[in-house]
Amino acid sequence: MAVIPVERKPLSLAERTYLPQIAAGLKTTLKHIFQPTVTLEYPEQRPTIPPGYRGVPTLVFDPHGREKCVSCQLCEFVCPPKAIRITPGGIDPADPAAHVEKRPQEFEIDMLRCIYCGLCQEVCPEEAIFLQNQYSMTGYTRAEMVNNKQKLYELGGTLPDAHFKWDKKKAAEEHGNAH
Amino acid sequence: MPAEFTFPDNAAKAADAAPEFETEKMSLSMGPSHPSTHGVLRLQLEIDGEIVTKCDPVLGYLHRGDEKIAENMTYNQFVPYTDRLDYIAPLANNVAYAIAVERLAKLEVPPRCQAIRVIICELARISSHLLGLGAYGIDVGAWSIFLYTFTEREKLYKLFEELTGARFTTSYTRIGGLARDVPAGWNDRVLAFCDQFLPILDEVLALLTRNKIFMDRTVDIGVISKADAIAYGLTGPNLRGSGVPFDLRKDAPYSGYEKYEFDVPVGTKGDCYDRYLCRGEEMKQSVRIVRQAIASFPGGDWYVKDARRIFAPPKEKILTSMEELINNFMIVTEGPQIPAGEVYFEAENPKGTLGFFIVSKGGGVPWRMKIRSPSFCNLSILPKVCVGTFVSDVVSILGSLDFVMGEADR
Ligand code: SF4
Ligand code: SF4
Repeated sequence: MAVIPVERKPLSLAERTYLPQIAAGLKTTLKHIFQPTVTLEYPEQRPTIPPGYRGVPTLVFDPHGREKCVSCQLCEFVCPPKAIRITPGGIDPADPAAHVEKRPQEFEIDMLRCIYCGLCQEVCPEEAIFLQNQYSMTGYTRAEMVNNKQKLYELGGTLPDAHFKWDKKKAAEEHGNAH
Repeated sequence: MPAEFTFPDNAAKAADAAPEFETEKMSLSMGPSHPSTHGVLRLQLEIDGEIVTKCDPVLGYLHRGDEKIAENMTYNQFVPYTDRLDYIAPLANNVAYAIAVERLAKLEVPPRCQAIRVIICELARISSHLLGLGAYGIDVGAWSIFLYTFTEREKLYKLFEELTGARFTTSYTRIGGLARDVPAGWNDRVLAFCDQFLPILDEVLALLTRNKIFMDRTVDIGVISKADAIAYGLTGPNLRGSGVPFDLRKDAPYSGYEKYEFDVPVGTKGDCYDRYLCRGEEMKQSVRIVRQAIASFPGGDWYVKDARRIFAPPKEKILTSMEELINNFMIVTEGPQIPAGEVYFEAENPKGTLGFFIVSKGGGVPWRMKIRSPSFCNLSILPKVCVGTFVSDVVSILGSLDFVMGEADR
């Protein structure tokens, strides 16, 4: 184990005159004048958002246009500040996705409560809720800051799906082995 | 008391002053909204002219009841709350909390997970010290330091953002692992950061270390003796600045710190200048650790595979297997299943030792959690160290203690 005492040297006579420090400071400043600026002129310039960024939570459709959320309410349960409120609902039997049985009737995320923790996305068993690139939300009233289902789908859009698990289930049902 | 320590004798001088010079004591409230109190700390000062004769810290303006909140949610749900303890180094808090719960569950995380945790802890340390240094510069009147350190900190935030998805509130660890693996090429970008960071750090430190104005404001100011530092429970750079070589990364290694080679800088006098020097050197040591951790970066899993009742299965499996789907539901709703028992774990955070004392009665929710926050304990020295100094020195002492109120009040 190495313990190193930090070095403390008394100032030399020259250093006590402040002059070397002023010179060194000016040198540093001069050097930085000729370096590229680091300031980002927001909002004219926008930062680049890396993949996997945790922005505003949104709901997504699968590529066939089906609402992915099945209103299992797991995200509502896990959300630490209790920002999510879901009203589960059924699906019209005439709907091609009727075999999914449930979809949210209403889905609200209160962005004044949300802490962008990403736990909802992490636990969702349907990959239906995603924190995407949107990072700036403003509104004049509290009500405006509550994203309802329509707004959530507008923000979310469509994301690719690797499994189409409900389509597989439907195909299996049609072949007579539902489970 | 060892002879090498000297104390400011302003108070003694004030006390010895002839009675005709004695003035009426004045009571001065410094904070809670004062730029130099770094948050909502209030100091109730009693001053005699310019000399502080009594200092009474008033805490609790930022109290959110984190310990009680923890009792009302599962272990994983509390991770975002740990971000908000020492919000200057959230990653280090995430790691300390996760390790505490894992110790309770007697869970050993794989080497890759440990290495990632070490890297992020050290990056968090650099980020925290950069802010501490920049803010300290402003406190004592050196503005440009802040601009340079914040530029560096921004680069670190870019790295954090890429790794965790958020710049500030990282919520990166989970019980038994991490939220996700490191993205491709991230380690190289960390190395690139380290390479360009060291010369800039030297440049920044050179602006202060031999600067007469800075030295006038810090040397022999706020001297904390070895004995006092230990008696008041100081930890981190504040303790080491007083000459006590206590560093949990060496003395009680966790997350594989024993594998890395680094030095522990200690001060000789225990004044503000020593604490500043220690922080500067610690950043260089952190870079050393990060480089070693990346050089020997292990492959394999980044979470505990066989802890089926603690770490949720990967998304792939949840979407394809009914058992895993049910398991996911169980872990989320009931919480990671932690056996009954008690644990106290402390980690060497940038500000000092952050400890979690957790009592579990089994199940997914702690029965009681106590958080030992370094900033809170470090502040306890204020009534002792501020007495006898000038009011302007209080600013210098506060800056040198580098505390954060989110953690002190928790
Ligand atoms: S978003 Fe996901 S977790 Fe939330 S209710 Fe819908 S399916 Fe369940
Ligand atoms: S990101 Fe976190 S806080 Fe926001 S809705 Fe999802 S779980 Fe709740």
